[in-house]
Amino acid sequence: MASSEETATRSTAGAPGGPEESWGARVRRFSKTDFVRSLPYWFVPFLIMGLGVYGGIGWNTIVSLTDYEGFGQPPDLSDLDLSMYAEALSDSAVHITIKNTLVLMVAFTTITMVLGLFLAIMLDRDIRFREKIQTIYLLPMALSFVVTAQFWLWMYNVNNGLINVVLGLIGLGPYNWISDPSLVLGAVIFALIWQFSGYAMVVFLAGLQSLPDDQFEAAKVDGANTIEMYWDVIIPQLKSSSVSAAVILLIFALKAFTFLYSMFGQYRVPKATDILATLMVREAFQLQNWAYAAAIASILLLMSLAIIAPYLYYQHRQGSL
Amino acid sequence: MSKPTTSRGESIARILPALDYKKIGLSLLIMFFFAFFISPIWTGFVTAFKTTASVTATTPFVPPGPEGFTLDKWITAAEYLSTGLANSFMMTLPATILCVALGSMAAYGITLVDWNRRLRFAVLLLFLFGIFIPYQAVLVPLSDFWINIFQVDTTMAFLGDIPFFTERHSRLFAVTVTHVVYGIPICLLLFRGYYVALSDELVEAAKIDGASVTSIYRDIVLPLSKPMIGVVFIYQFTMIWNEFLFSLTLIGSSSSPAATVTLVLSGLGSDLTGVDFGLRMAGALVAALPTIIIYVLFAEQFAEGLASEN
Repeated sequence: MASSEETATRSTAGAPGGPEESWGARVRRFSKTDFVRSLPYWFVPFLIMGLGVYGGIGWNTIVSLTDYEGFGQPPDLSDLDLSMYAEALSDSAVHITIKNTLVLMVAFTTITMVLGLFLAIMLDRDIRFREKIQTIYLLPMALSFVVTAQFWLWMYNVNNGLINVVLGLIGLGPYNWISDPSLVLGAVIFALIWQFSGYAMVVFLAGLQSLPDDQFEAAKVDGANTIEMYWDVIIPQLKSSSVSAAVILLIFALKAFTFLYSMFGQYRVPKATDILATLMVREAFQLQNWAYAAAIASILLLMSLAIIAPYLYYQHRQGSL
Repeated sequence: MSKPTTSRGESIARILPALDYKKIGLSLLIMFFFAFFISPIWTGFVTAFKTTASVTATTPFVPPGPEGFTLDKWITAAEYLSTGLANSFMMTLPATILCVALGSMAAYGITLVDWNRRLRFAVLLLFLFGIFIPYQAVLVPLSDFWINIFQVDTTMAFLGDIPFFTERHSRLFAVTVTHVVYGIPICLLLFRGYYVALSDELVEAAKIDGASVTSIYRDIVLPLSKPMIGVVFIYQFTMIWNEFLFSLTLIGSSSSPAATVTLVLSGLGSDLTGVDFGLRMAGALVAALPTIIIYVLFAEQFAEGLASEN
């Protein structure tokens, strides 16, 4: 009764149907709006994704506030506190992994971007077999980390690996890339650069090809030499490609787990390559410290939000969302 | 006597300016990077044909001589990985198809249908965050959900009654659904970029003619989406096939009958003789074969998917 009165008053307020329109007619009219018609398309995927992503994150946050560990009983929700976060922030293992994560993110992203940009500029001209060359450069990106980790394990083999064979030609080595704690992180970063620079190249190539040709022509007429032209004219216009590539690479470096796990064949990777992502999975699935792992996952999530949120804001400001 | 020399000198002089040093330098650079990108894969490929003795006795990237040649590693690896390959197909195909279908529908619903602009933007933002979040942030709830709440092992136990399946394949079901859930956002993004760029005229004209939301999708948008469906399918198939973290955490053991090929491969080195690099390389290539075939056939679409990821 109250609701029908409410609708009646609201419809007098300005609905096209006028005060006489019945509740049923309103529902019928509403059901014909594009909003309702669009629901079958986006709402189901949205619901599934929302439950998985946001439901998962919410649940993870709750678990991180408990003391949940081991098998069996569900987490005890009566006693929620931040003790797991306090423990994580004072844990020296976490400090090491945060440091390694940052080194990996910065070194991997910077070098991959520079190499990718270089490759894109190199290929952005009339070259025979350009498509084929590009295909080969991008090939590592189509392979699973489980697969490429096997290849690199063999490349880095101390006695027979190709890296040491090649270095041996110029009188260096052999180095124990995998077991030497001072080399292993660099070795992992190098392998990941190998896998991802083709990706950065593709992003930059798309950026270069979207620039109008007269940009290049104008710079040539002005007498700028090639390097100056790229540095002063072209590269500044690749800002949006650079931001996109950097975000994707940073986020990848943050969560890189599979390559490390596969390379060493176990949850416990060498200390020098232990990052937050590997620590989290190990705490959860090897040691069953669910609450502690959930807390580390939250830290990881916050770090990635610190990258994603400004990125999406930037994209929005650019009008590209 | 002197005549031929001068003419040779002349001809050398005539050739010299034609040689473009920039071009030579460029070709050398291109070849250097070609070697850089191909050498780990090539080295793995030739190593897979070597006997264990020949692996250590020969240079890694040189093909084996006739006495060091063997196909045994390939045969062992293919046998070892065969159920993993079958499981990966059973998981990847339906997951990819569902991701593509749901991604295309969702992209249509929030780009080409007119409703509250702000609300549409909010929905889009929520989808976009879903692309970037690290999966570690949902791993604990995921395994809790599938194993303790959904109790996938008992709920889906009927899968064991179907030929070729065992009860353990219930875990494969969990991985498939998980891939659909977390694959929707990226598929939506790929389709959205395409739909935004689609010419408005067709859709607007159809709207003026009074075509319904459903018939616009079915008769106009879907037929126009064909090239993009290819791109998204190839991209998403490769991503799901190559994925490892969900398989590891939901299936658990590389010796499980439900293990996907990446999971089985991760156990190849540690289960069998640890340092048999010939076998490891053969296994890696067998596991990668479907994605390599797709890549060789559709490299352009794959690159397009990657480039429009952001």
